Amino acid sequence: MNDEFWQWDYFWEVFPTVVGDGLLITLQATVYGSIIAYVLGLVFALLRRSPIRVVSTVTWAIIEFIRSTPLLVQIFFLFFVFPDFGIRFDALTTGVIALGLHYATYAAEVYRAGIEAVPVGQWEAATALSLPRARTWRAVILPQAIPRVLPALGNYTISMLKETPLLLVIGVTDIAGAAFQQGSAAFRYVEPITIAGILFLVLSYSASLLVRWLERRVGTVH
Amino acid sequence: MFDNLPLFVSTVAEGLLLTVEATVGGILIATVLSFVFGLAMLSRSRTVRVLARIYVEIWRGTSEVVQLLWIYFVLPVLVGYRVVPLVAGIVVLGLNFGAYGAEIVRGAVRSVAKEQYEGAIALSLSPAQRMRRVILPQALVEMVPPFNNLFIQLLKGSALLTIIFVHEMTYQAREVLIDRHIDQAWLIWTIVLLFYLALSILITIGMRALERWAGKLVGRKPSKTTSFVSMVLRSRTHRPTEVSP
Repeated sequence: MNDEFWQWDYFWEVFPTVVGDGLLITLQATVYGSIIAYVLGLVFALLRRSPIRVVSTVTWAIIEFIRSTPLLVQIFFLFFVFPDFGIRFDALTTGVIALGLHYATYAAEVYRAGIEAVPVGQWEAATALSLPRARTWRAVILPQAIPRVLPALGNYTISMLKETPLLLVIGVTDIAGAAFQQGSAAFRYVEPITIAGILFLVLSYSASLLVRWLERRVGTVH
Repeated sequence: MFDNLPLFVSTVAEGLLLTVEATVGGILIATVLSFVFGLAMLSRSRTVRVLARIYVEIWRGTSEVVQLLWIYFVLPVLVGYRVVPLVAGIVVLGLNFGAYGAEIVRGAVRSVAKEQYEGAIALSLSPAQRMRRVILPQALVEMVPPFNNLFIQLLKGSALLTIIFVHEMTYQAREVLIDRHIDQAWLIWTIVLLFYLALSILITIGMRALERWAGKLVGRKPSKTTSFVSMVLRSRTHRPTEVSP
């Protein structure tokens, strides 16, 4: 191995592995993690608004706790503690659950803001029409709240994308993990890690353009 | 079941100082960079704006893990010597979160009412005076809540320093405790989580105090800031958005 800082031969050698193996895992983790976060986030948001005091307080405490502590430690927690309960997921599944759970607490706030942005008159009208509570949520409030929170949720998906490399600590080889593995194998980190960085930049920047387009389409709410 | 509790707590606590050092160091660098690049993004010079924008997009767009790996494994090849892990970690935390902070500063300065600029011009204050004496003090009040979020994110990000072998709290748990006490993993990780929760709460208390102080500076009662912008910035989760508005 020569001492050149940058070797194109090596670059082209590792490029297919980093992109081929890593990209798929990164996208899988992001997509599945987002689905969990969006669904669970809505559940959190609704529980947070529960008229039963205990439910809303406990939900608030859970959200604050998860949000104030590192995702990395939560990943370790699930990875080491799941087996104690006889739950044996592969590392990627555990990681996706951790990502989804962590980001659900952010999504809950987004939904909350979206729900609060629905004008009071809508609630009053639903009451005046004596719609049942469930129907008010399903047919009046949520259809107005959700489209406007999509850009904000999209931003969290981008954040999540950039946090998928955390899963390398439990052996999931996403883009960064694959790059690191390649680097360790050849003891040359420059090219693979640079590829990983550029790939993340391209992915997150194009995703942010998508979110901006979405913002223009549906308007935005904070 | 709790026989090992003192051992666990003391072992994790050995990493506390490094976690705090990394977080405080990161916060200092991030704050400076936030103001430098946040104001640079509002500069009249197009070149300055573009340069600031490039910094922000690069450090926000690449993952923190990748940045750590890069500075720890790639930079030594480039400069010829290895960076001390803690220093590498602080630099990455500072640069990464400084990019998010720059957006906060930019947004807060832009949210100051137009009349304030006009008033300052009418009083023939110089541009520097205008920024320092009129605009920034008001923007500061708006900045504190989102910076609170950012600093908590940064604290959480400091756990990643584990992967470049900084012996902070997460490292202590993962590398020192877990293998020997795998059967009590839940207890070890719960202790670590509670340590981080306590630090998060400390940051929030500190930032609340800062908010009150900044509010007094412009003769405002913090509870009365109910403008739309401050409401938006106040909600705890609003991580600085990925997209510039």
